[in-house]
Amino acid sequence: MELRKFQSSPLLIQLLLLSLELIDSLKMLSLRVRPPTSFDFRRFNAGYLERQWRLSRDCFLSFSPKVEENRGVRFGVKSSKSEVSFTAAEEEETLPEELQPELMPKHVAIIMDGNGRWAKNRGLQPWDGHRAGVEALKEIVKLCGKWGIQVLTVFAFSTDNWIRPRIEIDFLFSLFERSLKSEFQNLAENNVRISIIGDSSKLPKSLLRVINEIEEVTKNNTRLQLIVAVGYSGKYDVLQACRGIAQRVKDGEIEVEEIDERLIEEELETNCTEFPYPDLLIRTSGELRVSNFLLWQLAYTELFFAQELWPDFGRSGFIEALTSFQQRQRRFGGRKS
Amino acid sequence: MAELPGQIRRMSGGISQLIEQIYGFSRRCLFRVISMGPIPSHLAFIMDGNRRYAKKHSLEDGSGHQAGFSALMSMLQYCYELGIKYVTIYAFSIDNFRRKPEEVQSLMDLMLEKIKSLLEKESIVHQYGIRVYFIGNLALLNDQVRAAAEKVMKATAKNSRVVLLICIAYNSTDEIVQAVKKSCINTSDNIEASGNYKHEDRDSDIEGTDMENQEKRIQLVDIEENMRMSVAPDPDILVRSSGETRLSNFLLWQTGNTQLFSPAALWPEIGLKHLLWAVLNFQRNHSYLEKRKKQL
Repeated sequence: MELRKFQSSPLLIQLLLLSLELIDSLKMLSLRVRPPTSFDFRRFNAGYLERQWRLSRDCFLSFSPKVEENRGVRFGVKSSKSEVSFTAAEEEETLPEELQPELMPKHVAIIMDGNGRWAKNRGLQPWDGHRAGVEALKEIVKLCGKWGIQVLTVFAFSTDNWIRPRIEIDFLFSLFERSLKSEFQNLAENNVRISIIGDSSKLPKSLLRVINEIEEVTKNNTRLQLIVAVGYSGKYDVLQACRGIAQRVKDGEIEVEEIDERLIEEELETNCTEFPYPDLLIRTSGELRVSNFLLWQLAYTELFFAQELWPDFGRSGFIEALTSFQQRQRRFGGRKS
Repeated sequence: MAELPGQIRRMSGGISQLIEQIYGFSRRCLFRVISMGPIPSHLAFIMDGNRRYAKKHSLEDGSGHQAGFSALMSMLQYCYELGIKYVTIYAFSIDNFRRKPEEVQSLMDLMLEKIKSLLEKESIVHQYGIRVYFIGNLALLNDQVRAAAEKVMKATAKNSRVVLLICIAYNSTDEIVQAVKKSCINTSDNIEASGNYKHEDRDSDIEGTDMENQEKRIQLVDIEENMRMSVAPDPDILVRSSGETRLSNFLLWQTGNTQLFSPAALWPEIGLKHLLWAVLNFQRNHSYLEKRKKQL
């Protein structure tokens, strides 16, 4: 009986047509949904296009210091890489307008990823990429010193990197040794303190000698502390802290019940600094992982993932990361209001 | 004509059921297509943004968390339909105890209500055969919540199809401290035990004693097996809603090689498209990460 009523009522037919239209429009809406954004993928900012242009230009030019110096003259673009050391005039340079001095992070950590890919994109060898990476690092260290960042930790070599070809590992360590020796004077003059963390048992002896010497000479410097993580992984750090604590328990210095977070913090390798916890972690090359760097210390660190490869991550990338950091609300589990 | 409103209601009810069925069917088809590629085995969620959602929609304070709970149920349903075996959620951190007592109390009440509802016959636990773990320092919870949690763990202990790990009163640093304590206790027990053997074995050579020293030193596996999260493998994807990009003391040890994903949506707004995006990105990087794991 109801079916007959349904068939005869024009209103119900209209309702049916309306609902079919509704299904259709829902389908159209779902097709127009924008994909969700991932971590800070702000690609189309002013600096990005310029960097892309420079990248494509560099592909046709060989990587040599002479070309770098002429770059500014020929194309009218100022390259900050031609500046080598701090001078009194440059020290007067203030923070860029986008950044506020009271919100600057005290400790910045960087995973310098992408040297190999950078070299491959240009048809160069991996060691050219690492050399370019060292230049990029020098620039960032300079900026940190100028802008009042107290500690900079960089992930130079992980325990996972031991699987790389022997020739690359040897090159990396010799590059590290050469860079330390050449920058020794510079760092000492600019009041930068260097510390190395990580498992040093597998490093070559000559490198260890240079490291010990430079650590000793710069240990009283106060402007910036540069911590280089070589042969380091977060799990290794916690493990060696655990072993240290177990030894102390065995020696009767502490009881097992007294083990707490503060004790572990004291035993971690980042106890060489006053600010062991990074405020900001930057990872270049677009990978969205932490890769076992500074495990314990990253509990409340703001993470920033940059699209550029490390040799291209210069001043503009750094400003972008710092701007993003300054806009964040840090609550540490509590509530803001 | 008086019967018309009733008919309209029945019609619209029937139509919405039809739409839901079509939607569910197309979703399952989509999941079958995606399962052609590698599927993550463990997904972790940080459910951030409930209070902001309530404020945004001018709701009263508790309803943000209620909306968050229903979003959680639908996410769990999608995950288990897709074939993801382990799902971990960050329900309550030890740091959250620092909030106002009224808020903490209302959260505890909500959690007690929801934990009890898991035991009901129609709950998602029975629908999917979920084994539930409560991970965290349960001693910090009040007795009722702890008792309910233990009851649920016991009741679901026989399920083995899929696993749900609820991190409650949890902090990664606290977990590591507990694991370190246990490793130290185990080591000192081993030393005592081997000390008894040493007296009997006086003529063991130097190599032998060195090996004993090696075994007494704590290894990575000792810490890892004492972790509360050792019941599940490391997460493949960590999703944090509300656009914040930080770990907030969650699974620090386990997320060394986890893909991090941070959609801007608040937790009650999270939906199927975010899950799909995360899984597709995971599939893109999967072969490279597998290669690296084999090398290590």
